[in-house]
Amino acid sequence: MKDKADIYFNGKRIGEAAQPDLYVANVRKKRRMGLLSIQLNAVYYPEFREVRISTDAGRVRRPLIIVENGKSRLTEAVRAKVDAGQADWSFLVAHGIVEYLDAEEEENALVALREDQIGKDHTHVEIDPISLLGLSAGLIPYPEYNRGDRINYGAKMVGQSIGVPTGNYLLRTDTKFNALAYPQVPLVETKTSKVLSEFPEGQNIVIAVGCYDGYNMEDAVILNKSSIQRGLARSFYFRTYETLKKRYWGGQEDAIQIPEPGIKGFRGEDAYKDLDADGIINPMSFVTSDSVLVGKISPLRFLTTEEFASDIENKRETSVTIKHGERGLVDTIFISETTDADQLFKIRIRDARQPELGDKFASRHGQKGVVGLLVNQEDMPFTGRGVVPDIIFNPHAIPSRMTIGQLLEIIAAKTGALNGETVDASAFDHMKDEDIRKLLKRLGFRDDGKEVLYDGRTGKAFTVRIYVGISFYMKLDHMVTDKIHARSRGPVTLLTKQPTEGRAKRGGLRIGEMEQQCLIGHGAALTLKERFDSDKAFMPVCTKCGMIATHDVAKNRTFCSICKESSIQWVETSYAFKLTLDEIKSMGVYPNVQVEEL
Amino acid sequence: MSDTIAHAPLRWPVNGQSLPPKIEQDVKDYLARSPMPPEREREFRERVREIYERILYSPEEPVGVVTAQSLSEPATQMTMRTYHFAGTAGIQVTLGLPRMLEIFDARKDPRTPTMKVYIKKEYQTLDHVKRIAENIKDIRAKDVISSVLIDMTDVLVKCRLNLPKLQSLEVDPERLSKLLKIRNTAVTVEGDALMVRPKKKDITVLHKLKYTVLESHVKGIKDISQVVVSKEDGEWVINTLGSNLKKVFELEGVDYTRTRSNNIFEVYDVLGIEAGREAIVRETAFTMDEQGLVIDVRYILLLADTMCVEGGIKPIGRYGISGQKASPLVRASFEETKKHITAAAVKGERDPFVGTVENIMVNQVAPIGTGAYELVGRIPGKK
Ligand SMILES: [Zn+2]
Repeated sequence: MKDKADIYFNGKRIGEAAQPDLYVANVRKKRRMGLLSIQLNAVYYPEFREVRISTDAGRVRRPLIIVENGKSRLTEAVRAKVDAGQADWSFLVAHGIVEYLDAEEEENALVALREDQIGKDHTHVEIDPISLLGLSAGLIPYPEYNRGDRINYGAKMVGQSIGVPTGNYLLRTDTKFNALAYPQVPLVETKTSKVLSEFPEGQNIVIAVGCYDGYNMEDAVILNKSSIQRGLARSFYFRTYETLKKRYWGGQEDAIQIPEPGIKGFRGEDAYKDLDADGIINPMSFVTSDSVLVGKISPLRFLTTEEFASDIENKRETSVTIKHGERGLVDTIFISETTDADQLFKIRIRDARQPELGDKFASRHGQKGVVGLLVNQEDMPFTGRGVVPDIIFNPHAIPSRMTIGQLLEIIAAKTGALNGETVDASAFDHMKDEDIRKLLKRLGFRDDGKEVLYDGRTGKAFTVRIYVGISFYMKLDHMVTDKIHARSRGPVTLLTKQPTEGRAKRGGLRIGEMEQQCLIGHGAALTLKERFDSDKAFMPVCTKCGMIATHDVAKNRTFCSICKESSIQWVETSYAFKLTLDEIKSMGVYPNVQVEEL
Repeated sequence: MSDTIAHAPLRWPVNGQSLPPKIEQDVKDYLARSPMPPEREREFRERVREIYERILYSPEEPVGVVTAQSLSEPATQMTMRTYHFAGTAGIQVTLGLPRMLEIFDARKDPRTPTMKVYIKKEYQTLDHVKRIAENIKDIRAKDVISSVLIDMTDVLVKCRLNLPKLQSLEVDPERLSKLLKIRNTAVTVEGDALMVRPKKKDITVLHKLKYTVLESHVKGIKDISQVVVSKEDGEWVINTLGSNLKKVFELEGVDYTRTRSNNIFEVYDVLGIEAGREAIVRETAFTMDEQGLVIDVRYILLLADTMCVEGGIKPIGRYGISGQKASPLVRASFEETKKHITAAAVKGERDPFVGTVENIMVNQVAPIGTGAYELVGRIPGKK
């Protein structure tokens, strides 16, 4: 055992301490007095006899109130100062009332959750219990009633929600963003969501926990079609396209205009019919896949002396077009200049998105689901008071995931809606669940949140009572319109002659290795061959030397360039195999293809 | 190919042949338990036969792929939980995916070799079994030495012996000096002091010598670090960590007809390839079963047979079955493409395109399932 502890400063050994705990305490004391940077953190690991002091960038740190001798340093006197507006955050930090700890220094700290829980060993106290959670997780109501992993999923999904991205989004030209049409502040709030009330991420909707002909199995949800028509979860998708009118070396420059026929890559008269005389599309025009937004022609890159002669042939079409699979209205057109004095054109496209089958929704408790059915209001179940749910959520999603917080949110929001006020559900600090139930009872409802529902199609009451309330729902940035894809024929890649990959390139759906094995497993040899015919090719093979022969289409003659006089046999293979043969040849290996007639 | 297929029976029970003995026995047992009138019985037998025939694999059905899928899919479900206390013995064994890899890669030195040593009936008393266990356990010098000292002046390593421990192991100090075989040293014992002198008077070797002395073998079977005696199904057995079948078989009282090891290569070395195959099946089944995964034994049997057909245990993978396939194109498509193509070129190999994979590569009909036959029509009257 070392008798002295090593001291490391940003990972470098700088000395040793005989009494490391005293040494670290001293460092911290000086930091609190303002003699050392507040960004410095020190930790002592008794098991390694090491003191580590860090000042480097990239450490995640969080603020805590300092506790000394079982007393919070945020005394009544300081509080009074804060209330009077005489002390702000930097005052608290500068005066050693609040300090930031990094992950390492937290190892030496004992943090009390609340002031009344401070014992004699505590070194810090949380500013508020909710500060345990980050921004996204802080938005989740009743988090302590959910299983931990659900909080993680929930926080992740809050990040994918469509809401109000910024206060000035109509003036911005981000490449791509979504905005909710009718955002609402959640009825069940947290301290974090109150701070973010100008940027809500969803809507309060009436939820019923039940089934409807099985259309919400496997986490699907059923939406009320009439609610959608009234604007539920309607959102806008914005995308900005941009182009530069560049100037090139030699005095040439791009031209913004409607391209003339004869230019390389001309798309045909029809493609430019929406463009105005200045070559730029008009606002509020409807555009779809491959529509031209800005007509542009550029000079060819490499000019030879002869090419200089004719003017029009030296231009190519470089118009800006809508991405494949997207559509919308031309929202705004921005024309400005770059610092290089090139003209800059930005065209923002807006697409209104109504929820449809396959769009993804989630509550704030890590409960996500895809729309499985849209039901007309008259066919939806309704309560005795005539309330029709906006969403029907499958009860099977609850027991295995144990998101009790969601059930609480539903009845809490119900009381909130009836009282006309929001309900606070911040972590560890809110109305007790019994009290919510008592309140619900006082408001004239069953305290378990269940109500008798009537089937909209038959008018008959359901034999079970159904859990009905209000829940805050988010529309997530995973919409079918962005993902739906099918192909019967389309482009192929140059190298392998196999279909392209991915929706943006109109690609095919790959029959992969496992799918191939599946067909083999079923003994479906001919189906398998047919599937792999996408790059079917015929190659002439010389029967003498076994090399691929040459086929001269113009003279309609096939010959072996090695043997000259020999018989040629046409063989059907995949183009990929022909490519493999070529690659083997490039290794200096001679692949002799021996063919025989069947 | 076509000849053999044409003459092979398409269905197992042909020409009035009965069902396989096992199923026949099951039917008999069932009828004995719940007798039925002869008419019903005939119906019942007919039904059993129908089901049996439906279950049979069709000719040219690709059992290999089905086996691979049936084994691999459950393997993806295997949790990363590697260690577990297997059985009552309390010996830690490698399990789960790492163990599956060990088996299928035919590793010569598994991470946790273990043995289950059965004892003959005549020796089934706790005393006897314990004595056998003591003879199995690897005793090192460090187990009988209480302290060590390096004597620089006399150039020797001096150890104090734990005499009661030695006595319990039935080794007297005099014999110990002969049991310790340490190269280039002279070992002497005086009372409870054990002295090891290097033959060359060199103090630089002493430090290293100390550890050599401590680790040197005294008694038992080498590398068997743990021995646990327990009662299983009413008889005393010895579970060990570390495996050495050959040495254990030589011990008196050991029932060598039932004693087994989980070291597949060792089983193969000592007992032959049939035992080796059996060990692969047993170990695979055990590993799957332990994780609560259910697969039909026949898949494991097929796999074990594939690994053992050539009389030795061949791994599955680069250096085993996949790396030794007949078709150079198939080998090249698996791993180390360049190596296989160059090797095939040097040898001037010829790919006859008879397998499945190579035919898929060139987009020809693979000779499997529906592609196994070529129909040649003969129109009457024409040649
Ligand atoms: Zn030729």
